[in-house]
Amino acid sequence: MKYLGLIWSGLFRKKLRTTLTLFSLVCAFVLLGLLQAVNSLFSGGADFLGANRLITQARTSFTQPLPMRLLPQIEAVPGVARVSHSQFFGGVYQDPRNFFPQFAVNPQRLRDTYPEWVMDEDSWRRFITARNSTIVGRNLADKFGWKVGDVIPLNSFIWTKTDGTRNWEWEVAGIFDGRNAEWQKRAGLMYLNYGQFDEGRAGGKGLAGVFVVMVDDPDASERVAALIDEKFENSPDETKTQSEQEFQLGFARQLGDIGLIVNLITSAVFFSILFLTGVSMSQGVRERVPELAVLKVLGFTDRAVMGLVLAEAFLLCFLGALAGMLLANFSTRFLPAEFPIETDLRVWAIAGISVVVLTVLVGVPPALHALRIKIVDALAGR
Amino acid sequence: MSQYTQVREIVMMNLRSVPQRLGASLVIVIGIAGVVGVMVALLSMSAGLEKTLGGTGSDDRVVVTRGGSNGELASFLDRASGTLIKQDPAIARGADGLPLASGEIIIITEVPRVGQKTGANVTLRGVEPVGFTIRPELRIVEGRKFRPGLREIIVGEAASNQFAGLDVGTPLRFRGSTWTVVGVFSTGGDAHESELWTDTETAQSAFNRSGYSSILAKLASTDGFEPMKERLTSNPQLNVDAKTERDFFSGQSGTLTTVIGVLAGFVALVMAIGATFGALNTMYSAVSARTAEIGTLRALGFGAMPVIASVMAEALALAISGGVLGALLAYVFFNGYSVSTLGSGFTQVAFKFAVTPGLVMQGLALSLFIGFVGGLLPAIRAARMQVTSALRG
Repeated sequence: MKYLGLIWSGLFRKKLRTTLTLFSLVCAFVLLGLLQAVNSLFSGGADFLGANRLITQARTSFTQPLPMRLLPQIEAVPGVARVSHSQFFGGVYQDPRNFFPQFAVNPQRLRDTYPEWVMDEDSWRRFITARNSTIVGRNLADKFGWKVGDVIPLNSFIWTKTDGTRNWEWEVAGIFDGRNAEWQKRAGLMYLNYGQFDEGRAGGKGLAGVFVVMVDDPDASERVAALIDEKFENSPDETKTQSEQEFQLGFARQLGDIGLIVNLITSAVFFSILFLTGVSMSQGVRERVPELAVLKVLGFTDRAVMGLVLAEAFLLCFLGALAGMLLANFSTRFLPAEFPIETDLRVWAIAGISVVVLTVLVGVPPALHALRIKIVDALAGR
Repeated sequence: MSQYTQVREIVMMNLRSVPQRLGASLVIVIGIAGVVGVMVALLSMSAGLEKTLGGTGSDDRVVVTRGGSNGELASFLDRASGTLIKQDPAIARGADGLPLASGEIIIITEVPRVGQKTGANVTLRGVEPVGFTIRPELRIVEGRKFRPGLREIIVGEAASNQFAGLDVGTPLRFRGSTWTVVGVFSTGGDAHESELWTDTETAQSAFNRSGYSSILAKLASTDGFEPMKERLTSNPQLNVDAKTERDFFSGQSGTLTTVIGVLAGFVALVMAIGATFGALNTMYSAVSARTAEIGTLRALGFGAMPVIASVMAEALALAISGGVLGALLAYVFFNGYSVSTLGSGFTQVAFKFAVTPGLVMQGLALSLFIGFVGGLLPAIRAARMQVTSALRG
């Protein structure tokens, strides 16, 4: 630590060059931070989901709704605690740009399978009893200024009513919150009472959508999933049961290999910044050969001088990375709610590893150069 | 010497000396190659998608869907509506006197991507026999057509490459029954190549569906479209939308193209800022390495202009080589690279990255801009040097 001043003044000997290099490093790490945050979202984004919920969908595709008569059969499978069902509604509120998901569910069953959503008893009661009721997530209610008692018109692009129109009206019975901060962020959806939905739709009556299955023992969930699928094998309604986490990841994977694209960009950025910082570092050392020789005259060992150069490289990369990551972290807060990316621990770890790798790659060649400096030659300017 | 000769001589002299500063000069080249490579590669993705979707369909075919549905998936037409639509007078008639219109049905199936376990949504399209007549671009490239009434499927070329288990002869399990892949078809690289096709009525019975998702009709003449649309949408018995097939498909690339465009723009902007700092660094050190030389030139009577020009020429030359290198890398690694993503119909659309000349020009323009900004300040510093102090080095 006592050499920090020396390292600092060595690094900023050419202020302009170091500052410009630092700025480049900042840009590189802003990108690295944001891109890897996107990657985190797509790879481990569903970590918060408990392992005790399974989703049973039609084997052909989750867009094919399963019939309601499967429900008691799933409930009868040993190891199944509770079952609820959910049908994507595809409603548009005022403008297609206001997109948010809505699901038609059985209120009591929703409450049983998703204890993560919290709401006062009166609201639950209203949702369970009124067939035209809906509950909305806090974030959504705040965005549109909805309150209990409001009637929300939704125009479904999927479901036609028996009267031939697609305008559905739902009365807000309650506003729900997440159990913790993680779930609170996701309180941006809407649950509709299946009662009015099934009664009102022109086609598809009696279809449930997908089933959400809660198991007694999370460790047994794979076995339970296999039992459910076995039950409907070779029937017209073959099922595919997987953990809720797998189901969510499947959605993201549909988009394509996001991870590959992100990693390719990250490597291009890393390679450019590696080269740029490397050149800047070795230029710095080359210009200072006589000064480093003077340090050796003063009694610094060869290794100590090498250490100084390495420390300089590390300080440069570290400062650039820290500033870049802080900037990335800061800017994620200004993204719209539909892009819930954040620089989580994984992203910081990647940045940390990058700093170490970068330090070694850009620091070692000039450090070795510094190690090999011969005092006599250097002072004589040879 | 004239101003022009001065500029020419000094620029040439400077460019010849670039190899002496190779390491630092490569910073510009590699930095800019990175920016341009990433930008061109990303944009070639949306160019490829647009090419696939925009190249789907023709102006003399009409797609009729249920009114207000945002695609074929959410569209349901009952049999009666289907028959009514097919009888529109604008629709061409075949040799047998029947209208050239095919009632089609869309079912989403899950097929895993090659090398993956989780399924990706793939369109299974039911087509009536006349559907082949009205799509003359369709060729069977392997195997044969499906036979109506049998659970047989033909798969698009792109689908058979992107997804696992779609080779001719392989059985597929859908909804409690086994289907066989009997052929591979090509439609000239358009969106249908990402689909699986079977007979409409076979699909209806197997998936317990009645009616159609859409009606594809061939027009007797392209002028017939507007009146036909007018007739169908004003018919009180129907609630439908009609679009020419080309409009129907090219309207689907919008959202994704915007997303990719925003991503590419953002990444390129941040990388370009980083590369500009790198270029500034290189050019400042190039100027400081040439201090004595510039002092000498000024003492000999060369003006400030030639000095500025020489620095700018160096910056721009390095920048454009970086741009060319980046575009070349993007072309070599990504042009024709095939991927698939979730299209607007909630099913996979397979497409190939397309590095177009327009994208290359955009990349080169960006590289010149970075070179210009990176060279300007150092060039001004070089021109402002005091001759006496510069001569001392």
